[in-house]
Amino acid sequence: MTRPSPTSDELSAPFFEGTANGVLMLQRCRNCAKYAFPVQEICTNCLEGDLEWVESSGEGTLHTFGVMHHLYHPGFARDLPYNVAVVELTEGPRMSARVDAPSDELEVGMELKATFEPAGEVMVPVFQPA
Amino acid sequence: MTFNASFNPSGGGAIVGLGMTEMTREYTYSSTGLAAIAVRNAITDAGLDKSDVDGILVNPGIMGNLQPDLQKALGLENVRLQTKMDGRGSTAGQMVQYASLAVQSGLANVVVCVFADDPLRGGSAGAAYGGADRKVTGMPSLHSYYGHFGANTGYALAARRHMALYGTTQDQLGAVAVSTRKWAQLNPIAMQRGEMTLDDYHNSRWIVEPFHLLDCTLVTNGAIAVIVTSRERAKDLKQPPAYVIGMGQGHPGNPRHAGAEYEVNTGAIQAGETAYAMAGVGPKDIDVRELYDCYTYTTLVTLEDYGFAPKGEGGPFVEDGKLGPGGSHPTNTGGGELSSYYMWGMTPLSEAVIQTRGQGGDHQVKDHSTVLVSCQGGILDMHASLILSPDSTAGTGGHS
Repeated sequence: MTRPSPTSDELSAPFFEGTANGVLMLQRCRNCAKYAFPVQEICTNCLEGDLEWVESSGEGTLHTFGVMHHLYHPGFARDLPYNVAVVELTEGPRMSARVDAPSDELEVGMELKATFEPAGEVMVPVFQPA
Repeated sequence: MTFNASFNPSGGGAIVGLGMTEMTREYTYSSTGLAAIAVRNAITDAGLDKSDVDGILVNPGIMGNLQPDLQKALGLENVRLQTKMDGRGSTAGQMVQYASLAVQSGLANVVVCVFADDPLRGGSAGAAYGGADRKVTGMPSLHSYYGHFGANTGYALAARRHMALYGTTQDQLGAVAVSTRKWAQLNPIAMQRGEMTLDDYHNSRWIVEPFHLLDCTLVTNGAIAVIVTSRERAKDLKQPPAYVIGMGQGHPGNPRHAGAEYEVNTGAIQAGETAYAMAGVGPKDIDVRELYDCYTYTTLVTLEDYGFAPKGEGGPFVEDGKLGPGGSHPTNTGGGELSSYYMWGMTPLSEAVIQTRGQGGDHQVKDHSTVLVSCQGGILDMHASLILSPDSTAGTGGHS
């Protein structure tokens, strides 16, 4: 049993095209320049519907994290315990992710940098201590 | 914008009926059957006839198995107000608020508010709340890939943020579990009544750090209903009324961007401010706290947000056991969602009605003139507050 593979869809296609090229893409509002994540159809700040995809720095800090011990999906049996993290990107948005480091080395506020690993047919961001 | 304090709560509602099913880990009836039994019990409790009921608000739990036409299962033929509501765990408080406004305005006279859920049918207790079998694509499918499942994880992430910002400790979370269990031991309908020490807490298995098993609620099958009517009508009924003297909502909506600290500042701040202003009371006036405690952390952060402890000091506040029996701040006096039963916002609401009436038996708090009810929904997304009193003249300036 493997982990559930992420799949690209219409709204998220530019994000997964980015990860395939080693870049973390974010949406940004053409009207007010506010970043959006995950995918939005209209800007949550100015409510305009004109968002563009731009390259992010791929850098951020660890906002919070947990260490999962309970098995919710059989695909994670070999991974337990594993960490679930919320990363605050330098551009502002926070995203769910995994940090590629032992759980006892995780600290809220630590600096992180996105790398990319294959997951089925797409590449996904995984964060490394910077 | 703050609440318009010119509202006169003497025109608000009263809770006059409380009905519960058995609280169980077994599958007995469907959500519809459970809801019908709870409504029947509430009607009997209030000394009303089913023909008196002319409003029905329903709230299904995680399984979603309750429909707005529940009246058919009860043979109600005099319904003038009806809907299915969904503010997640905050719904119980919200239902009483909308029912209160309805009876105040004359839209309906006797409104039943009911919650029912049947998540346990053999398999894992938490499976219904995990969402691991949900088929998703696009950005949400990333969550599944990372193994970021369920409410346990969302609240654990929030608790970790509080620990990192304020130094809140595992012992302090454990103190909430222990004090809540002490109340459950005094409540014959609580599902977990065994002795629990802080060592037991630490020795319980990890679910998702920083949560042990004993940080988490008990998923339950069952239903609870309350009946809301006008203050006038309440005076002639069988039970001592629980007057609604304050109510409020606050919905931060879980913002995920730099600068937001929704994990440690919940909707209880805004909801509590409105409810306190309406009732003309403050945290020092509250005798009993019935707080949504899906996790130990929820109790701790909610106490801060209602002003019982300064922000960030919830940990030291709970550590000495003051929430437990005999303590200065009796909280979750029926054993809460942690040790008694998990009926979403109906857990704190049902125990608040029992306390306000003075019917708590061994777990009754002596002073119960002002009882706070806190209902929490989503991952700290939504919040509803009620302040109940046995005194119809309580609250703003003593209107009657």
